Amino acid sequence: MGSCSSQAALIPDVDQILRETGFSQASLLRLYHRFQALDREEKGYLSRLDLQRIGALAVNPLGDRIIDSFFPNGSQRVDFAGFARVLAHFRPVDEEDATTRDPKQPEPLNSRMNKLRFAFQLYDLDRDGKISRNEMLQVLRLMVGVQVTDEQLESITDRTVQEADEDGDGAVSFMEFSKSLEKMNIEQKMSIRILK
Amino acid sequence: MEAEPSSPVSAVFHLSPLAPRVQAGLLDFLLFGSLISAVDPVAVLAVFEEVHVNETLFIIVFGESLLNDAVTVVLYKVCNSFVEMGSANVQATDYLKGVASLFVVSLGGAAVGLVFAFLLALTTRFTKRVRIIEPLLVFLLAYAAYLTAEMASLSAILAVTMCGLGCKKYVEANISHKSRTAVKYTMKTLASCAETVIFMLLGISAVDSSKWAWDSGLVLGTLFFILFFRALGVVLQTWVLNQFRLVPLDKIDQVVMSYGGLRGAVAFALVILLDRTKVPAKDYFVATTIVVVFFTVIVQGLTIKPLVKWLRVKRSDHHKPTLNQELHEHTFDHILAAVEDVVGHHGYHYWRDRWEQFDKKYLSQLLMRRSAYRIRDQIWDVYYRLNIRDAISFVDQGGHVLSSTGLGLPSMPSRNSVAETSVTNLLRESGSGACLDLQVIDTVRSGRDREDAVMHHLLCGGLYKPRRRYKASCGRHFISEDAQERQDKEVFQQNMKRRLESFKSTKHNICLTKSKPRPRKTGHKKASAVILAVESEEEEESDSSETEKEDDEGIIFVARATSEVLQEGKASGSLEVCPSPRIIPPSPTCAEKELPWKSGHGDLAVYVSSETTKIVPVDMQKGWNQSISSLESLASPPCTQPPTLTRLPPHPLGVEETQVPLDMSSDPRSSFAFPPSLAKAGRSRSESSADIAQQQELQPLMGHKDHTHLSPGTANSHWCIQFNRGGRL
Repeated sequence: MGSCSSQAALIPDVDQILRETGFSQASLLRLYHRFQALDREEKGYLSRLDLQRIGALAVNPLGDRIIDSFFPNGSQRVDFAGFARVLAHFRPVDEEDATTRDPKQPEPLNSRMNKLRFAFQLYDLDRDGKISRNEMLQVLRLMVGVQVTDEQLESITDRTVQEADEDGDGAVSFMEFSKSLEKMNIEQKMSIRILK
Repeated sequence: MEAEPSSPVSAVFHLSPLAPRVQAGLLDFLLFGSLISAVDPVAVLAVFEEVHVNETLFIIVFGESLLNDAVTVVLYKVCNSFVEMGSANVQATDYLKGVASLFVVSLGGAAVGLVFAFLLALTTRFTKRVRIIEPLLVFLLAYAAYLTAEMASLSAILAVTMCGLGCKKYVEANISHKSRTAVKYTMKTLASCAETVIFMLLGISAVDSSKWAWDSGLVLGTLFFILFFRALGVVLQTWVLNQFRLVPLDKIDQVVMSYGGLRGAVAFALVILLDRTKVPAKDYFVATTIVVVFFTVIVQGLTIKPLVKWLRVKRSDHHKPTLNQELHEHTFDHILAAVEDVVGHHGYHYWRDRWEQFDKKYLSQLLMRRSAYRIRDQIWDVYYRLNIRDAISFVDQGGHVLSSTGLGLPSMPSRNSVAETSVTNLLRESGSGACLDLQVIDTVRSGRDREDAVMHHLLCGGLYKPRRRYKASCGRHFISEDAQERQDKEVFQQNMKRRLESFKSTKHNICLTKSKPRPRKTGHKKASAVILAVESEEEEESDSSETEKEDDEGIIFVARATSEVLQEGKASGSLEVCPSPRIIPPSPTCAEKELPWKSGHGDLAVYVSSETTKIVPVDMQKGWNQSISSLESLASPPCTQPPTLTRLPPHPLGVEETQVPLDMSSDPRSSFAFPPSLAKAGRSRSESSADIAQQQELQPLMGHKDHTHLSPGTANSHWCIQFNRGGRL
């Protein structure tokens, strides 16, 4: 990886991205190559079409939502910084980072909270900060096989929302969401090793 | 997986100045090393099951021991053949051949196992009508895998292991609950017998001094070196592995891994098999092996638990996965797979996804029974199991529930609404084989009962859509017990129906040609047990559902109760209906009003949906029995059904799964206690569940096909147990 630093210079705003995302140079470089591979027309940014071209995403029940998550705020383009930022959520958590981090700095993108927030946003389509029963139902519909009927699905939804909902408002807020998952090892579950 | 540090052991021995009594050359020591280093799965399993370390550790050590069997035996055979050839004749190619044979043996054994797994899964797909042979099939085919591998000189243990691994998913879906239980418990029994016998042999050999010769240097040296070299091997290999692991194995894990390497019966068996003429030092080896095995099993086995506690090893998490967790885990899996795709990295999730798709498309369709395949969905499974668990725990607290008066609209159930009962653990572990010990069950406070009630109320929405088409098959393959069960079921069903009918129209007299005199169990606040005389109309579908019962019936519990019901319950003299076919409750109306399905919709159908067996898994049977017996102490003892139930001619109930106006719920306050015999009848899972439910003096409601009016919205402060039977009614 001797040419790493020289190649890294090709990436626009590389320092800022490195700081923000916490990737290592090697990983960032790999992501950049991937970015360029996806960006067939070399526009310098990715559109939805580019991401939809990835075949495997089409068969993923949450594929569309993932693609949408790359385009926050309704924009239609995502540049490399945005691309890396989204993917930074899936960086494995470094134990040492947690201790040596400067508390004044914003939380790193791959912290547990931020991972959960990312997942939360996949559920919460209307961005109102809560997963309503309807939104939960939609997600369930995506993920559950066709043999489960609608009534069954509704009851599952109800139960799911009820399990998590503590203040009784019929929707799951972010705090409730994270509380319901406190036993799950999110740091491990939502990490991709290759993105160290 | 770790290899055995055998050569260092033997090398050291060869170089060390041992007493010249032990005449052994390098090859002999290699032989000894190969058999003494193998970690024994039996011992490991026994000890680690006690200790409950986290799954990663357990898998590593146990997996190593499993694979070690293949490796050990191969190495042993290779070294043995070298020894027999004499060290002078061993050439370089022989070493290569030895290594190659290692691969051939292990991979070949695994392949044999997988072939038999495929066969087994395929065969069990078709055993619907001959349920009784399912356990036999499992055992025989697994044993056949073992024998075939032995015949071909491949690794038999790996064959059996892979057979089990490969077929579990499909066989479990295909065979009935009873068979599942039978297989599980039989295997455990056989396993523990075999273990015991082996260790007995070990003990006997230990005192039979003609079989061994003592050499202190060898013994002590071996003991020291196995510990030392194992630790060394573990450290080295974890260092290598950690380069590739997302979650590295830390020091504590390594300590447990090295300390948990227990030797056991395999080593002993192999050493006994040595040929004394070829290996003159056999007796010394035997003595050493015995000491090593004793030492590791006793000393290490006993001390590992305190060690684990002292080191604060992460223990396995026995929390019940909530529906939320299950759902979100699925979500995360999909997310991760998608992100991996975006990044272009074929990581773990990618391959797992690919495998799951392949499995879903080809394997499951081929190997799983159609019905099982259709309803297979993980989230639904979890939901279903949670239903059952709630039902069980709810029913366990039945007494408390009923005693609490003035049940207002239950509050939202909290996440912890279900108690950490061992019942639930059973469901969770689904295979630990632990007996449900009622003394261990924590009673849920009544607040939770309310929550449970809500849960049940909500769960009523989650009704099974019966997807099976029940043919009226008359199963002739049942053992006699099933006849009893069948009758019980009929009785029950008929009773239910009768109640519904009579409730609906008071003038509706269903003549029961079979009237089973059932002493009414009433007068007990908590649980008026009323025995139903099941009506014959159910006979037809009871037949059909009987045959289907084994695999496909399900009951969902919706618990609601009305306070009126409670009061009325006492007055349920009507169920002493025995002589008279009429089960008209004295005052059905008020309870009737309460029943939501009464209010709007007259049609009720009795369903036994197709998932019975999953409702109360057979593992739970004992639990049910115990629950029942414990409840009996509360309630008056339920009468036992007279075994002389005669079959009534099937009442033509119309086409399958159409709604039948069964006003069985007519006696809202009734709770029938099913005789324990019912519960014990494994088949009548639905009833047993119903039993316990009924014993709680909750009214049996007939589920209806149209769930909508039982949707959660219609919750009144009601408690009712509703049970759906999907089937031809």
